[in-house]
Amino acid sequence: MSIKDILTPFTAWKRVAKEPVTVRDPFNDRPGADRYRGFHKNDVDKCIGCGTCEAICENEAIDLVPFKDPVSGDSGLRPRVDYGRCCWCALCVDVCTTNSLSLSNEYKWIATDPEEFRFTPGIEEKAWDKNEKGWKKPEGNYEFYNLERVSMEHLHPEERNDSFIEMVKGFSKEQAILEADRCVECGICTATCPAHMGIPEYIKAIRNDDMEEGMRILYETNPLPEICGRICTHKCETVCSIGHKGDPLSIRWLKRYIADQIPEDKYKEILNTNNLEVNDKKVAIIGAGPSGLSAAHYLRLMGYQVTIFEQYEKAGGMMRYGIPEYRLPYDQIDKDINYILSLGVEIKYNTRIGKDITLDQLGKDFDAVFAGTGLHLGRGTGIEGSDNQHVYYSTDMLRKITSGEEIEVADSIVVIGGGNVAMDITRSLARLQMQKFDKVNIITTSLETEENMPADREEVVESREEGATVYPGWAPQSIEIKDGIPQGLHVVKCNSLFDETGRFNPQCEMDVKNYYPGHMIVQSIGQGIDISYISEEFKENIKFGPRGRVETDEYFQTGVKWFFMGGDIIQGPDVIHGIANGHKAAVGIDRYLRESDFPNN
Amino acid sequence: MDIKKIFQINNDRSSYPEIGEDGKPIIDLSSHKYVKIWQGPQHPGVTGNMALELTLSGDEIVESKTHVGYLHRGFEKLMERRKFIQCFPTCVRLCVAEPDPNEYLLATCVEELSGIEVPETAQWLRMLVLEMSRLQVLLRGVPGQAGTFALGLGYQWGSYIRDLILDRFEELTGGRVYHMYILPGGVRGLLPDGFKKRLEENLKLADEFVKNINDLMFNNIVFKKRAKGLGYIPKDYIDRYGVYGPAARAAGVMRDIRKTHPYLKYAELDFEPYTTTESDVYARSVVRWHDLKMTIDLIRQIMAKMPEKGEIKAPTPNVMHWRIPKGETYVKCESSRGEYGMYMVTDGSDTPRRVNLKGPSYTHANALLEKLLINANIADTAGIMVSLATCPPEIER
Repeated sequence: MSIKDILTPFTAWKRVAKEPVTVRDPFNDRPGADRYRGFHKNDVDKCIGCGTCEAICENEAIDLVPFKDPVSGDSGLRPRVDYGRCCWCALCVDVCTTNSLSLSNEYKWIATDPEEFRFTPGIEEKAWDKNEKGWKKPEGNYEFYNLERVSMEHLHPEERNDSFIEMVKGFSKEQAILEADRCVECGICTATCPAHMGIPEYIKAIRNDDMEEGMRILYETNPLPEICGRICTHKCETVCSIGHKGDPLSIRWLKRYIADQIPEDKYKEILNTNNLEVNDKKVAIIGAGPSGLSAAHYLRLMGYQVTIFEQYEKAGGMMRYGIPEYRLPYDQIDKDINYILSLGVEIKYNTRIGKDITLDQLGKDFDAVFAGTGLHLGRGTGIEGSDNQHVYYSTDMLRKITSGEEIEVADSIVVIGGGNVAMDITRSLARLQMQKFDKVNIITTSLETEENMPADREEVVESREEGATVYPGWAPQSIEIKDGIPQGLHVVKCNSLFDETGRFNPQCEMDVKNYYPGHMIVQSIGQGIDISYISEEFKENIKFGPRGRVETDEYFQTGVKWFFMGGDIIQGPDVIHGIANGHKAAVGIDRYLRESDFPNN
Repeated sequence: MDIKKIFQINNDRSSYPEIGEDGKPIIDLSSHKYVKIWQGPQHPGVTGNMALELTLSGDEIVESKTHVGYLHRGFEKLMERRKFIQCFPTCVRLCVAEPDPNEYLLATCVEELSGIEVPETAQWLRMLVLEMSRLQVLLRGVPGQAGTFALGLGYQWGSYIRDLILDRFEELTGGRVYHMYILPGGVRGLLPDGFKKRLEENLKLADEFVKNINDLMFNNIVFKKRAKGLGYIPKDYIDRYGVYGPAARAAGVMRDIRKTHPYLKYAELDFEPYTTTESDVYARSVVRWHDLKMTIDLIRQIMAKMPEKGEIKAPTPNVMHWRIPKGETYVKCESSRGEYGMYMVTDGSDTPRRVNLKGPSYTHANALLEKLLINANIADTAGIMVSLATCPPEIER
């Protein structure tokens, strides 16, 4: 102890002369830091209402509330934040799939009513909505889920350009689980899928490596998983919430992965369909395409006696006769169809309604009839020279390739069309040319410009990889014919297809011309409805809408109570709409047949 | 009852309480020689919400018992029902004064169990945040010791600089108290522009504070009189009662996880924790004062050595359903109070099976404090408690 110990503490007095460091609040307004986690902001136009913020909130402070009518890719809901629960951790911001949610740097909010502190950012206007500062998702490689797809392995162009072997190899288990891990289970895909498949649920089954559960989920809404897993138009992937920042999930390939894992002989056991009940009602299905098979499957599960009438010698419709084998191998079609037939569905091949048996007769023999006859009529361009015998329709050619019939393959070919079917015939013919001439000389031309082509992007890219030349944005004018053999196609530049009202009205520059040489021309500009099996008296009883399509109610029931129609002739054209229609029609037929049991109810 | 006997004052209390045959003191409250009082659970001299049940003879404590349970929020249990990413805003609340070690431990547990390597920049940033956190605790903790002996001036000085450090936290992490910055996989942001310069300005003030507090506390006859010889922890208590950190180092036992089991990038830093042997309140104060100096130096070293740019987060599985294989781990770090550890068990699901937090307060405030208070003066209880740096929220997870 020293005198120093007594005196030194008094040095604190020197601070008396210093300015005070305290600030007077609320007279001094102190803005939060640039990264401050203050009150929520939401860009409601960017937000899609996926609900990932709600799912990650550990305090359950976020609820999704209706904002507008749901549309494809937007649930119409927006997050509402309860500031009695929020802890401002900003996980909701970091996980947001669209980057629409952020926090402002505002931290003062005074109100007397506690209810006010439950608010919907972006919809209820707040003073901090225009605040640029505040917490945003950190920049750089900071993601809560993987934005990049697990790449799918394809056959190399040199391996595939002369064979019809399936070109997409499919996921391995590791790849599938990795890809399934990217899902945030928002369900936007389910809402968009025409069949409303339980997509997040079966993706979860993949993560759990529970293929049997996955299979059961698939069959709840889709009895053709092997087929859909290969050639579905995957509207789900277009709206996938992960796709806003990165690559959408490969939902189609994941579906295929599940179906590929289950051998055919296990189906009945897994799906518990070994002993289905049979009732005394009979239903006829016209056409064994996706909608017909789907309707047959679900009707059979409900206990009805189902008979399918198919005009060709094999089932599958456009899936078999319209889609080339390299995209959809026949054994996979058979796997799906064999299971449906094994449930006790009867099928009559080579039977054409209107020719072998009339529709009226079917109506008498069966309690209800479903027609899913599809679009099998090729549409022609009608240009000069298109009546030549070396000018073909793509639908006919694809069917002949499938049936194994001999078709003409010229050394140089021109295909007219820009849709997926045009790409199918282009690539099929390219393979046949490769087999026959060991080189590809095929030109595909479409009215639509490159960015507006209706075909899937990868189809166009892969066509080019396989040696085809694709020239988008040209309108066919005439086919030059010499000695009865086409010499080539004259085209002019086409700038736009539709006018302001959305009507089909191509605008061409007639003086910008081009000429594609080819000894064989294939037209692939769409397909037409063939309902010649419906007699004229019958037609009077069913309603027709615009463009000659049959009008049905939501259960695909026509004006004739026992007659239902669905598939490409009503909606689409694609497989998943057909499957969805068939399922809904099955429910409709069930309702109709139950009601006819109790006519007074 | 003999009235005379009650008012009879006997200044010699050395014979109280009498020790019984079983070696335990015989305390008969009805004898009116003893008073039982409760310090807490709401008391300015108790660091948080816990209670001390004290039996006094005069102003001398003859028996003490600690009671906890006033603050139980069940965070460990809550975490068992939360996804791994959701645990991190929960676990920061385990200790209000120093939340960052909680974040670090949770993140490290999750990373260890799922085999994730944290990027280097993120490791340096984590270390910076942990040291800044220690700094803001010690800026109040060191002068807080004098505060328990009614010298509140230094605490006010420290609070000012602590507020400036919280400003830096706000800039870097977006939050002042709950930073929620260290998350499984990495951290949530790089240093903002000009951050180092502003932090250095604050550190200069802290340097000055270190000097001033030396004059105010350690060359102060009142503080010396009160603190020296108070709350002595014998060396054999260190292991028996689980004494960690500054309290152990004041007893001459080198316990600093940063040095003994270096984590993050501590091995690349140059520092030597201070130890002494007096083991009383004064010695513990001095050790923490040296810790404060060392922390300022460490922050400077980190800022000089850390990379400016780089990855801040390792890729993780999708956090919405992050599953961790079956396993268990114990990770530890050095908090301002001593060894701070987390034990986590996972069972392959997307939530932890069990999380257990082990902090020094559990042993310091529960078992050790009861012993140290015997024979101390009632006015010194707060001094002893603060010198152990107990934090009741950390006892009741």
